[in-house]
Amino acid sequence: MCDNNEKIIIESNKLNLYYGDNHALKDISFRIPSNRITALIGPSGCGKSTFLKTLNRMNDLVPGVKIEGQVMYNGEDIYSKAVDVTRLRRQIGMVFQKANPFPMSIYDNIAYGPRTHGVRNRAKLDEIVERSLRDAAIWEEVKDRLNKSALGLSGGQQQRICIARALAVEPDVLLMDESTSALDPISTSKIEELAMDLKSRYTVIMVTHNMQQALRISDYTAFFLLGELVEYGDTQTMFSKPTDKRTEDYITGRFG
Amino acid sequence: MRSHFDQQLQLLNSEMRDMGALCEDAIALASKALSENSKELAAKVPPIASALDQKERDVENICLKLLLRQQPVAGDLRQISAALKMITDMERIGDQAEDIAEIVCYMQGSSQKETELFNSMARSVIQMVTDSVDAYVKQDLELAKNVISHDDVVDDYFEKVKKSLVDIIVKEPDMGGFALDMLMIGKYFERIGDHATNIAEWVIYSVTGVHKSAELSN
Repeated sequence: MCDNNEKIIIESNKLNLYYGDNHALKDISFRIPSNRITALIGPSGCGKSTFLKTLNRMNDLVPGVKIEGQVMYNGEDIYSKAVDVTRLRRQIGMVFQKANPFPMSIYDNIAYGPRTHGVRNRAKLDEIVERSLRDAAIWEEVKDRLNKSALGLSGGQQQRICIARALAVEPDVLLMDESTSALDPISTSKIEELAMDLKSRYTVIMVTHNMQQALRISDYTAFFLLGELVEYGDTQTMFSKPTDKRTEDYITGRFG
Repeated sequence: MRSHFDQQLQLLNSEMRDMGALCEDAIALASKALSENSKELAAKVPPIASALDQKERDVENICLKLLLRQQPVAGDLRQISAALKMITDMERIGDQAEDIAEIVCYMQGSSQKETELFNSMARSVIQMVTDSVDAYVKQDLELAKNVISHDDVVDDYFEKVKKSLVDIIVKEPDMGGFALDMLMIGKYFERIGDHATNIAEWVIYSVTGVHKSAELSN
């Protein structure tokens, strides 16, 4: 569990998710604190990415998916019928494993979200683009080529463009699904630094297979196994004296 | 699945056992040199202390290599970091046995009563060192706790030594220098007990994840 005095931004209650017959998430009750980095770890197929995707309803479109239970975000069940999913995804943005910039200019990549949400004023858009690129620690590298294609950038730069694109719509929460797994150590460390800088204003929830990364930057770590949330606590405790034997076996590489 | 890592951890354990055995040898030899008043035996202690210095370097290397290459977490991290702390105390035990042997080389006179007390002290601290290293290798919490409580026995012996030496100084003022040498020896044995206690505290950390110092600060 996270500390009792943390402000909770997202809370799932007995969340169950099925892909057809496959019971992928089992009774997940999980309180995620605001303005912290929470890392989700676990072996492939354990449900950590599935859980991450339920937080901004990215699983809705998967055929045969069935979701039970609640995910409360700022006191509202995000699975209630009244929820505007587009608005939800503006508040809870996502950055994926593979950088996926749109095949357009750097500027238009960042302006895409704000334009979708109705911002038309050029000066306003300029301001959002600059702020987002600065927040994503890539402004200095691209400020002279904003009209060039984002596809011409390196992998690490493209990933930071994707983060800037997510930040442009001023989300509350940033979901990162293995966002550095394809990057070299320098790009990785830039994005890790970025995540740590961002947490004063955003909540970051990240799935990672890199345990050293979870150790370096997360405040809390949750360990998933076979669709269950096995253990959740502050990162230092999880990695120095985990309480569940399954956690210990996984993080020390004794699994299987 | 992690057989290479496990082999390295086993190597670490066996090095820790060896280092523990060297500590026991150093204490036993210093104690024997003292009770037999033998400079020849005393001369055998410094080489053991040097061997302990070398062992400390060896274990350090193993631990640093494991930290670097395996980036251990959880129980593995505690086992390795505990070893890194324990070897400092083990190396100091060697130094203190050497200090005792050095005094034996120049000490004038002997006293049956103190010799008996020192023999008992030596037996106690050797047992403490053996048990603390054993507790580490077996990750045996109870054994580690026993070591810590046994330190009181050693402290009691030291109190007896002090009282007896005060008697000597009062009754035989000429023996003052001798009494001070004996006091130093008693203090060294008492310190060895403290080092064994430190070792046992790190064993407890290795098993439970909580060190005494953290408990005190909470």
